[in-house]
Amino acid sequence: MMAATAGFDFHRWRLVLLGGLLVGIVLFAAIFAPWVAPYSPFDLDVTKMLQGPSAAHWLGTDELGRDVLSRAIYAARVSMQVALLAVTVGLVGGTLIGMTAAYFGGLVEQALMRAVDLLFSFPAILLAVVLMASLGTSVLNAMIAIGIVFIPGFSRLARASTQAVLRQQYIEAARSIGMSDVRIIFREILPNIMAPLIVEAAVAFAYAVLLESALSFLGLGAQPPDPSWGNMLSTGRGFMAQAPWLSIVPGMAMFICVLGFNLLGDGLRDVTDPHMRE
Amino acid sequence: MDIRSRALEDGRPTLSIRDLTVDFPKRTGSFRAVDGVSLDVWPGEIVGVIGESGSGKTMTALSTLRMLPKRAVVSGSIELGKRRILDLSPAEMRKLRGDRLSFIPQDAMRALNPTMRIGRQVGEPLVLHRGLPVRAAVSRAVDLLKAVHVREPERRVEDYPHGFSGGMQQRAMIAMGLALEPELIIADEPTTALDVTVQAQVLKLLKEIRDREATSILFITHDLGVVAELCDWVYVMYRGKIVEQGSVERIFTDPRDDYTKMLLAATPTLFPREAAI
Repeated sequence: MMAATAGFDFHRWRLVLLGGLLVGIVLFAAIFAPWVAPYSPFDLDVTKMLQGPSAAHWLGTDELGRDVLSRAIYAARVSMQVALLAVTVGLVGGTLIGMTAAYFGGLVEQALMRAVDLLFSFPAILLAVVLMASLGTSVLNAMIAIGIVFIPGFSRLARASTQAVLRQQYIEAARSIGMSDVRIIFREILPNIMAPLIVEAAVAFAYAVLLESALSFLGLGAQPPDPSWGNMLSTGRGFMAQAPWLSIVPGMAMFICVLGFNLLGDGLRDVTDPHMRE
Repeated sequence: MDIRSRALEDGRPTLSIRDLTVDFPKRTGSFRAVDGVSLDVWPGEIVGVIGESGSGKTMTALSTLRMLPKRAVVSGSIELGKRRILDLSPAEMRKLRGDRLSFIPQDAMRALNPTMRIGRQVGEPLVLHRGLPVRAAVSRAVDLLKAVHVREPERRVEDYPHGFSGGMQQRAMIAMGLALEPELIIADEPTTALDVTVQAQVLKLLKEIRDREATSILFITHDLGVVAELCDWVYVMYRGKIVEQGSVERIFTDPRDDYTKMLLAATPTLFPREAAI
């Protein structure tokens, strides 16, 4: 409280800032890839296959002589796109399911939450692989599959938060002025459960990046020659002894990205949690 | 001649409850929260329902709004003007709430949505029931806040509820309740959460509204002092039943039911000996 009145409280926001910085770097690279990347990610140069880091190619070249740094930067685009859409699918779908279940209760709640439990009982990667197998392999389908994996988590969080909000008197007050159920859900409940959902979304973002990489690693996500961290790792695996940078670079990129989103999520959780305020 | 006898001459009460019974089914048998309650609120009258916690006074109020928990079993009849409340469809009931019939809850702090600006909330009934655009509703909210004596209402409509003091929040709730000039306002202990000076201001405001708009008010409370201050007619509830009714003067000077006598005797006073009368 003392520090809060003294202006910006660096200590309280430090995780958010650090996470935001890392995420910012990745997002910047993804959005401005054509200007940031030194080479095209697709330009082959067979004379420069599997070269180590050098002044011309800072992070070396791959088995077809493509610039690894440029490919890692372009791969950030795929990861960010997939993660953004997947988290949106999970957030919107899960929030709608959770709010509906909690608001109407009874059979509606039982039906929705048991369906969600069913989804939850599959291991995430298995569920994603099964969905990809039935939807077909493409980046768009990877987004949808990962999004569906996220629905149970968001549903449960939204349901629990909604139940807490439903006990508040302003819901009764809204009903007493003749508000309809749909209006109460979107105008009264939704704004009051956004904070925990946003925190969860940041953490889900990190997880989405990992899942997308796993799917690409298995050959189910981005298809070569399109670069993604997962398929770069997959290629690098074959050259682990001769060219370790092929695995290390996408690995590090994923590490920075996932760390950034996790720090951001944890930081936001602390900042929005009233109990953490002194 | 008091308000009641005057109103009796021209007919119909604003609210008329007959033999209202509310049961909550339990595993074995059921719990009767309201047991055969009949009461009337006449136009322009402030009627108090007084009783201890669990006496069924809030359940009676919520029945009138049809806002009881789903598992409650209700019988009897409730008429608001000519409308038979218990026979209305949920959609018809929704049209009535906040329009012809409004509710002022106990704790205004918790009854305001913390994520919505005051002006938007106070204007909400106008948006819901009259289809006003938001901007028009907010500018109408300025007038409404002015009518309940909130200072600088033009600026205040932009505030969020946490920027309001307890008394101002309750005023905002009252303003919201007044938005569509209802026939009946049901107030459930609206002053309990406020300190005494603010409480007096809010009571004065309710009286002023009644005098100005001739609105009927059903006032639920456990506070005898508030009843003496505000009400024209009182119903005393105990264990789901109405044990006594009468004008405020009569109830205070000549209580007939044992429970009412006990209630009066239990009120702390500066002059205990006089209270023993």
